[in-house]
Amino acid sequence: MGVTQAQQPGKARLLSEATRENISRIALNYDSAQSVVMPALYAAQEQLGYLPDQAIVEVAEILQLPPSEVGAVASFYTMYFRRPVGQHIISVCETLSCALRGAEGIMEHVRRKLNIKAGETTADGKFSLNSVECLGACDMAPVAMIDGEYYGNLTEEKVDEILMGLGL
Amino acid sequence: MENILFKHLDIADLEKLDVYVANGGYAALGKALKELAPAEVTGLVTRSGLRGRGGAGFSTGKKWSFIPKDVDTPKYLTCNADESEPGTFKDRELMVRNPHQLLEGIALCCYAIGAAKSFIYIRGEYAHQARVMEKAIEEAKEAGYLGRNIMGSDFSLKVVVHRGAGAYICGEETALLDSLEGKKGWPRFRPPFPAIAGLYAKPTVINNVETLCNVPHIISRGPEWFASIGTEKSTGTKVFSVSGHVNKPGNYELPMGVTARELLFEHAGGIWGGRRLKAFIPGGASVPMLTESDLDVRLDFESVMAAGSMLGSGGVIVMNEDACIVWATLNLSKFYNHESCGKCAPCREGTYFIVQILKALEDGHGLPGDVEKLRDVATNIDGRSFCALGDAAAQPVKSSIDRFHEEYEYHIAHRGCMVGRS
Ligand SMILES: Cc1cc2nc3c(=O)[nH]c(=O)nc-3n(C[C@H](O)[C@H](O)[C@H](O)COP(=O)(O)O)c2cc1C
Repeated sequence: MGVTQAQQPGKARLLSEATRENISRIALNYDSAQSVVMPALYAAQEQLGYLPDQAIVEVAEILQLPPSEVGAVASFYTMYFRRPVGQHIISVCETLSCALRGAEGIMEHVRRKLNIKAGETTADGKFSLNSVECLGACDMAPVAMIDGEYYGNLTEEKVDEILMGLGL
Repeated sequence: MENILFKHLDIADLEKLDVYVANGGYAALGKALKELAPAEVTGLVTRSGLRGRGGAGFSTGKKWSFIPKDVDTPKYLTCNADESEPGTFKDRELMVRNPHQLLEGIALCCYAIGAAKSFIYIRGEYAHQARVMEKAIEEAKEAGYLGRNIMGSDFSLKVVVHRGAGAYICGEETALLDSLEGKKGWPRFRPPFPAIAGLYAKPTVINNVETLCNVPHIISRGPEWFASIGTEKSTGTKVFSVSGHVNKPGNYELPMGVTARELLFEHAGGIWGGRRLKAFIPGGASVPMLTESDLDVRLDFESVMAAGSMLGSGGVIVMNEDACIVWATLNLSKFYNHESCGKCAPCREGTYFIVQILKALEDGHGLPGDVEKLRDVATNIDGRSFCALGDAAAQPVKSSIDRFHEEYEYHIAHRGCMVGRS
């Protein structure tokens, strides 16, 4: 699937040339423009940190789809952020296998350290905290995903170390 | 027992292409392309008795044979690497430690069904695993095991990794197809089945990672060899993911039909904290709980079903006597409530009601009649939605009430737990 990107002079664009080129390259893998929506949203989010309305509109323009359809996808999946998030994203798994190995305590500890609840971002914009469902790593429960990497067999000490490494 | 899918435990660096090839890798694909017609590959897989490892246990060869032959339309294989069933983490290890085993299985399936393109739908959180698969695809392409005219034949295949973005429902095969088409992951009405109208309404096979990893071994060593492992109707090995209250959580590849007792006590190191076993869920969170009296149940499709549960994904979640069943059921019910895609009212609303009632019980506000109400809601979800997520949501509730009724009643009568929390 090839996509052509028309220049619209006079309009400030959010998505960079590099992101647009990336999306065009990804599109070659697919047999339909709509299938490019998910990887295109990832590409946009990688550049912007989250997906503001303008990003949805621009992705829709590139793929020649209605913005409503692209927006529906962006809001259905939990890994697309429609609002600004912290510089570091901490996602603690709280599903059963992790819960049986102390996930509630780990979550409580992170909450106290950051002084925010799950779903919130610290005032300085540095950390976002999420409670997430099973990460598929129950062999190293309790587990958290931090900036896309998995950290397992968590203890309060280990959490302190990780947070210190991130500048807390 | 010899490691088959888990040869990476015996051979260092098996994720590297040269090591994989030096240990017999891609020989099955070479053999198929040279000596076997596509239908013969399907025939061998059928004869092996291989059944899907994604949860439902459907015959793999039969599934492939449903793909229309001699019609001039694109066909697809979609490898299901969504792996979001709580307690399941086998595909993660299979992909990272031996990515070419999966790619060879994918290539064999595509050759058998006449597909020139395959997608690997991998859950968004497995970013590292997606990178590993992408790198392996590039290496295989350069070495001529994927891409144009594979190993000098006229068979060509493109494999694309597609990342999900955090939605359990997308492991359900028709929701997966919608997601791959760039939509919300909502399950589809069947019929038509994916074999007739799947991805882009074209004939499509959907197979789990572990299922496909078995295929090179079947082609190399023959269906009789494969069928000699396991039980009569559940052939081969199974990778069991064991987690929760065991001393050695992890993946264990064992013959189908191994007893739960052997798995938990000889391989997974026994029950955590020197405590007694209370309950285990044998097939990922979505199947009924079993108890200590079921330890001698054989873990194969038929035996687990006969014991009142299901083998499912083979993710075994273990709880010792310190775990409160009401708390555990609330935990799983929150999962299903969060992951219900919202398409069907019984699942969308029912999972919400279940969480509310269980929360009240857990917080000490339970009322007489709540347990009956819970069972009633669960019963009215089961079998009443487009896909099996609703059925799955009902299982922990119904089975825990059946087996631990007194714990629920205790919560109501005493406004709290019968057991110490884990
Ligand atoms: C809610 C739900 C979630 C599922 N999640 C997965 C999954 O993560 N991985 C998987 O392989 N199958 C999953 N399945 C099963 C698939 O629908 C399908 O049966 C399977 O991928 C077929 O492959 P197999 O025949 O090789 O097992 C799920 C089913 C349901 C109802």
